[in-house]
Amino acid sequence: MEVRLEGLTKQFDETVAVDNLTVTLESGKLIGLLGPSGCGKSTTLYMISGLLKPTKGRIYFDDDDVTDLAPEKRGIGLVFQNYALYPHMTVLQNILFPLENLRINRKEALARAVEMAELVGIKELFDRKPSQLSGGQQQRVAIARALVKKPRVLLLDEPLSNLDARLRLQTREEIKRIQREVCITTIFVTHDQEEAMSISDEIIVMNKGVLQQKGAPQHVYNHPINLFVSKFLGNPPINTFEGSIKNGKIYVGDVELGVTKFKDQDVIIGIRPEDFRVDENGFMVKVDEIDCIGRDTTLHFTLGGKHTRALIPSDSVLGNPEYVHISVKPDKIHLFNTDEAGELVNE
Amino acid sequence: MSKSKVMWKRFRERLAEIRWEVRRRYYIFKENVNKKTAKPKAAVKGFFKKYLVQPFKKYICNPIKNGYVKFTKTKVGGFLHKYIFHPVAYFFNRFVFRPLGQVFNRNFFHAMIYLLPALILLCIFTFYPIINSIILAFYKNYTPVDKMFDGYTLDNFRDIIARPGFVAALRNTAIIVFISVPISVIISLFVAVMLNSIKRLKSFFQTIFFLPYVTNTIAIGLVFSYMFDYRYGLINKALKVLGIAAIHWKDAQASYFNAMTTLMIYIIWGSLAFKILVFTAGLQNIDKQYYDAAKVDGTTRWRIFRRITVPLLSPMIAYITITSLIGSFKTYTTVVAIYGEEGRTAGGKDLRTIVFYVYDYIMGGKALNPGELSRGAAASLILFGIILVFTLIQLYVSKKRVHY
Ligand SMILES: Nc1ncnc2c1ncn2[C@@H]1O[C@H](COP(=O)(O)OP(=O)(O)O)[C@@H](O)[C@H]1O
Ligand SMILES: [Mg+2]
Repeated sequence: MEVRLEGLTKQFDETVAVDNLTVTLESGKLIGLLGPSGCGKSTTLYMISGLLKPTKGRIYFDDDDVTDLAPEKRGIGLVFQNYALYPHMTVLQNILFPLENLRINRKEALARAVEMAELVGIKELFDRKPSQLSGGQQQRVAIARALVKKPRVLLLDEPLSNLDARLRLQTREEIKRIQREVCITTIFVTHDQEEAMSISDEIIVMNKGVLQQKGAPQHVYNHPINLFVSKFLGNPPINTFEGSIKNGKIYVGDVELGVTKFKDQDVIIGIRPEDFRVDENGFMVKVDEIDCIGRDTTLHFTLGGKHTRALIPSDSVLGNPEYVHISVKPDKIHLFNTDEAGELVNE
Repeated sequence: MSKSKVMWKRFRERLAEIRWEVRRRYYIFKENVNKKTAKPKAAVKGFFKKYLVQPFKKYICNPIKNGYVKFTKTKVGGFLHKYIFHPVAYFFNRFVFRPLGQVFNRNFFHAMIYLLPALILLCIFTFYPIINSIILAFYKNYTPVDKMFDGYTLDNFRDIIARPGFVAALRNTAIIVFISVPISVIISLFVAVMLNSIKRLKSFFQTIFFLPYVTNTIAIGLVFSYMFDYRYGLINKALKVLGIAAIHWKDAQASYFNAMTTLMIYIIWGSLAFKILVFTAGLQNIDKQYYDAAKVDGTTRWRIFRRITVPLLSPMIAYITITSLIGSFKTYTTVVAIYGEEGRTAGGKDLRTIVFYVYDYIMGGKALNPGELSRGAAASLILFGIILVFTLIQLYVSKKRVHY
C-alpha cells in the first residue's frame, strides 16, 4: 500500500519537529528514513502510526485519508526502538496480544503466531520471557508481534540501534528478507547512513524536520541535491572546499579541478574521496600520509587549506611517494551555493 | 629378549618419564599459583604457623592421630573405626562442620562488624521484648510487682478466648481487614491511574490526595465524627438534599452495621493517601512505550489496565497489600478516634479490635493484678500468629502471581 504525506507538520511548543513534509512512499518497498538524531524521524513515524496527531497536513494510505483515524484502525505494525515487549508475558503471549484485541479465535491466532515465528525464526523461544532473550531475538519477537495482525504498513523505529555491530549486519539482512517475503510497505528509521543505504529500496533524507531528498540510495549518493545530503551520506565523508568558478573553470585557491558550464561565482565544492584518481596530467599534491588497506589506499593531503582524503586503487601508487599527481573524475565535482541552504549550483 | 618384551619395557619407561614430567609441571604450576595468591600478611601468618600451629600439630595432633591409627590396627579398633567412628565423623564433617564453615566464613564476620550497632539496638528494643513477652504468655499468676509466678501454663490463652467479647473482637478485626484492605487497594489503584493520565493540575491533585497522610489521625477522626453526626453532620445534610432520610451513623441508636460502615469509610479514606503515593510512583516507572504499543494494537483502556498496568505494578500491589494487611490487623487508633477509648458506640455496639484486648490487660492499673500481664502477652501472641499466617499465605500467593 502506498503512503502519502501531504504538508505534514508537527510542532511541540517551541520546536517544529517536522516541517511541511510532502512525500509519497511507494507500495511494497523498503524505505529508509534517514537523518541525524533529533531531526524528526521518530515524530514522522509516530504521526504515520497515529500515536501523534499532526499539527497540520494530511496522511493518506492509498486513497484513504487516515489523518484522523485512531492507530488501531490504520492497520499498521510498529516496532519500537527498545522493542517495548511486555516483560511479564512470554514470547508467545506477546505475539498473541495484538490478536486478542481483534477477537480472533484462539486456534487461528495460534496458527498465525506460529507462522510469524517461523518467518522471523524464533519458534523455539515461545515459552521464554523477553528478559531471557538476546537483543537480536527480542527484536525478532517485536517484528513478529508487529506483523502478526497482517498490517498494511510496517514501521520500524531505529530497529538496529540497540544491537552490537555484528548482530546489526546480520539483522539488517534479516529485516530485508522478511520484508521481501511479506512484501509489505516498510518504513525504516535510522540515523546510520550505511544502514539505510545498504538495505533500502528508497531513502528519504531529512534534516531539522525538513525533507532534503528522496530517491534510490545510489542515486542520492551520486547526485546529492544539497551540501547537507552530500555530507551526510558516505564514509569516509565527502571532501568540501571553498572555491570559485572563473571562465568556466573550477578553482580551489589556484588549483584547477575541472570545467563547468556555470557562470562565474564563489561555490562550495564537494568531491567524494573515491572520485579522485592518479593522473600524470593532474595537479600535484604533497602527500601527508598514506594508508594502504588491501585493495584501496587512502591518500591524505591538504588542498585549499583543508585536510583531504582520496580513495584510490592500491596499484595506482607505488611505495611511499612524497608527491602525487591527481585529478578528479569528470562529472564527479559537486558544486553548491555558498548560502546556508547549500543547494546545487544551477546557473 | 623377545621383541615384544623390549617394546613393552620401552613403553613403561616412557610412561614413567611422562609421569615425572607431569609431576614436575604440576609443582611448578602450584608454586606459581602460591606466588600469585601470597598475601602481604604472609609474614604474620608465617609466624603463627611456625610457633603456634606447627608445634600444636606436632606435639598434640600427631600423637593422637598416630595413637588412633595404631588403635584401628587392632581387631576391635578396626571394627569400631569402620562401623562407628568413621561414619559418625564423616556425617558430622559432611553435614555439620562443613555447612557451618560455609556460613561462618570471613564474609560473615565482616558483615557482622557492620551490622553490630543495628543488631544491638534491635536486640535491646525488639528481640528481647518479643522473647520476653512470649515467655510471659506462659507464666501462671505472674505479678509484675514482685516478679513471682507459679510455674508455666496454657491457661492464659484459654482465658482470653473464653472471655466475653473476644470473638467479637476477632470478628471486628476480620471485617476491617478483609473489607477495608481490598477496597482501599482497588480504589487507590484506580485513583493513581486516573491521576497518572491527567495532564493539567496533576501535582495539585496529587497534593490533595496526599493531604490525609500528613494529617493527624485523631484530628481526622474528630472531623469525621462531626461529619457523621446525626443532627448536624455534613453527610446527613447532603442526604437530605438528595431526599434520603437521615441515618444514625455512629450515635446511640446506630446499628452495628452503620457503626462499622462509618468506621470503614474513615479507615479506607485515611489509608488511601499512602497507597496512592506508592502507586503513582510505580506508574511513573512504567515505560510509556508499552502503552503506545498497546494503543497501536487497539487495546481498550480496560484491557490495558488489566493486562499491562496491573501486572507491571504487581510488585507494588503485593507490597502494599501485605503491609496494609498487617497494619489493619493492628487497627486501634482509628477506632479510638471515632468511638473513644472504650471502642463502643453510646448504644453499646462493640467495635473493639484485638489490639484493644492487649491494651485492656496491660493498661488502666489492672496490669498489677496477678496474671493480667500474661494474658495481655497471650493476646498479642494470638494476634501475631494470625498476622503471620496471613502474611505467609500472601507471600505464597504473590510468588505465583507477581511479576518482578
Ligand atoms: N513529546 C515531545 N515534546 C517536545 N518535543 C519533542 C517531543 N518529541 C520530540 N520532540 C522534539 O522534536 C524533535 C524531533 O524529535 P524526534 O522525532 O524524536 O527525532 P529523531 O529524528 O531523533 O527520532 C527533537 O528536537 C525533539 O526534542
Ligand atoms: Mg528517534
